[in-house]
Amino acid sequence: MSETDVHLHTAASPVPSSGQDTRNGAPARSGNNALVTLREVGIRRSGRWLVRGVDFSVSRGEIVTLIGPNGSGKSTTAKTAIGVMKPDEGRVEKMSGLKVGYVPQKLAIDWTLPLTVERLMTLTGPLKTAEIAEALSSTGILHLARAEVQHLSGGEFQRALLARAIARRPDLLVLDEPVQGVDFSGEIALYDLIKTIRNRTGCGILLISHDLHVVMAETDTVICLNGHVCCRGTPQAVSQSPEYQRLFGAKAAQTLAVYNHDHDHTHLPDGRVLHADGSLTNHCHPDDGHHRDDHHGDDTAVSGHVHDDSCGCGHSQIRLKRLEPGKRDRA
Amino acid sequence: MLDDFFIRALIAGVGLAITVGPLGCFVVWRRMAYFGDTMAHSALLGVALSLLLDLNLMVSVFIVAAMVSLLLLALQKRGGLSTDALLGILSHSSLSIGLVIVAFMTWVRIDLVGFLFGDILAVSEADIDIVWGGGILVLMALVMLWRPLLASTVNPEIAEAEGLHPERSRLFFMLLMALVIAIAMKIVGILLITSLLIIPAATARRFSASPEIMAVFASLIGAVSVVGGLFGSLHFDTPSGPSIVVAALVIFVLSLLPIGRRSRDGTPFSPPGGHH
Repeated sequence: MSETDVHLHTAASPVPSSGQDTRNGAPARSGNNALVTLREVGIRRSGRWLVRGVDFSVSRGEIVTLIGPNGSGKSTTAKTAIGVMKPDEGRVEKMSGLKVGYVPQKLAIDWTLPLTVERLMTLTGPLKTAEIAEALSSTGILHLARAEVQHLSGGEFQRALLARAIARRPDLLVLDEPVQGVDFSGEIALYDLIKTIRNRTGCGILLISHDLHVVMAETDTVICLNGHVCCRGTPQAVSQSPEYQRLFGAKAAQTLAVYNHDHDHTHLPDGRVLHADGSLTNHCHPDDGHHRDDHHGDDTAVSGHVHDDSCGCGHSQIRLKRLEPGKRDRA
Repeated sequence: MLDDFFIRALIAGVGLAITVGPLGCFVVWRRMAYFGDTMAHSALLGVALSLLLDLNLMVSVFIVAAMVSLLLLALQKRGGLSTDALLGILSHSSLSIGLVIVAFMTWVRIDLVGFLFGDILAVSEADIDIVWGGGILVLMALVMLWRPLLASTVNPEIAEAEGLHPERSRLFFMLLMALVIAIAMKIVGILLITSLLIIPAATARRFSASPEIMAVFASLIGAVSVVGGLFGSLHFDTPSGPSIVVAALVIFVLSLLPIGRRSRDGTPFSPPGGHH
């Protein structure tokens, strides 16, 4: 637990709440069963804030999905939640004895290390043979138990990592883009599996999605990040929209959901911010003191993308062109 | 028949090879070959300080090697220069400072070649006790540290998230390395320690299905190299330390030959395919 320089901003959340009870930030909705709570968390590297003022919690049985453009601080936020990174301001409160299962975004295992899928399972703790087999068969890779991890395809490796994380029966499962490298039907299957794990074990799940608009249908809270929390809310089941249903297919429509962004501001390509009242500023919230001039700055990490396309910060800009063939590759 | 000194060399050398095998695997897995080299080079500074301050040689070498690794950690945290460049600076400057200090001490005459390349034929019974005693200590520590060390080798973030304290295991690993260097210096010498760490481990990779098997194989291959090298040095009248390294190299080269190859991917040292 880290409590560096605690700033508890009592001002109303700088984020427009969309239906959820988030008036005092996320902690308001966390009861005693919160597994992890972030309060006004900020992470600073090389004099720049990667994220700031991040406020949310994950409770038992809850699925929280983080979305946002590249460099928006999704992974940073997730790593802070589980203690891999220490917050430079604000604090992270973890339930004592919290057992975490973590699937990182990137993992390269050196060829010199002989590691079978089976051996990978017991990397951080001992497991019974039956538990290993169960985790492997639930992710559909039982037949690969003896294979070396370096010989797996991207999708197979991703499943192996997920199997490893769930086999240890964590209280909190943190999945950083778990469906990367997995084809569309595999993606649906994995989301289905994540739902099953949640329902069966009641663990909390913090999921980072590569997609800005389509998230797992079972998500309880979507948090859109872009250096800060841009907006948060609940997704709307795809199955409620005939148009989406046609595109994704009936099975997928059960699993996927659409998230309609509800922003009071738009991040422009030049880094400036267009507010709902039509005013232009260099930062998001001129009054809360959070966002200095360089916040969405002219530096590479944030301004490298074109906001209206990859970020969808404008209202309800639901883009379907991501489904065109060949466009399904991750950024 | 074999002389006593030769038997002592065999016992000490085999003990050392068994100790460094598993540690060498971690050096290979963590891509720390240059790091091992740096710590080994700093041992000469340890030798110089032990002479200057009249300290026990092994204690002095251990302390200096440990300090150098801590210094590296501190410099890495500070940012700026790459680890590679930092290692280059630490490695050769500590070696040179050691040589300069020795040169100033005109009243001591030391066998520099013995320190650089080892003098395994001069090991005493006390040295054997230290090699085996220290070796058992290192191996026991490694067994206890195995899971967190392996987990943080695969991914420090997973290890941290799942409560295995990768920073702590890294620190322990560095201390074990310093200890092994202090033990090994007399046998294979400062300049050749890294090869005994790396070559047997690299040879073992192809024949191993798990990290644990690779660690055991590395020990065995190292032991065979020591025995082969020592007999070779006796037979051809060559220096013992380099002969051991040459024997290890011969086994490594033989292991590359496509005889009875079980590896599924083309060349043994092809980079991993598949995931990214």
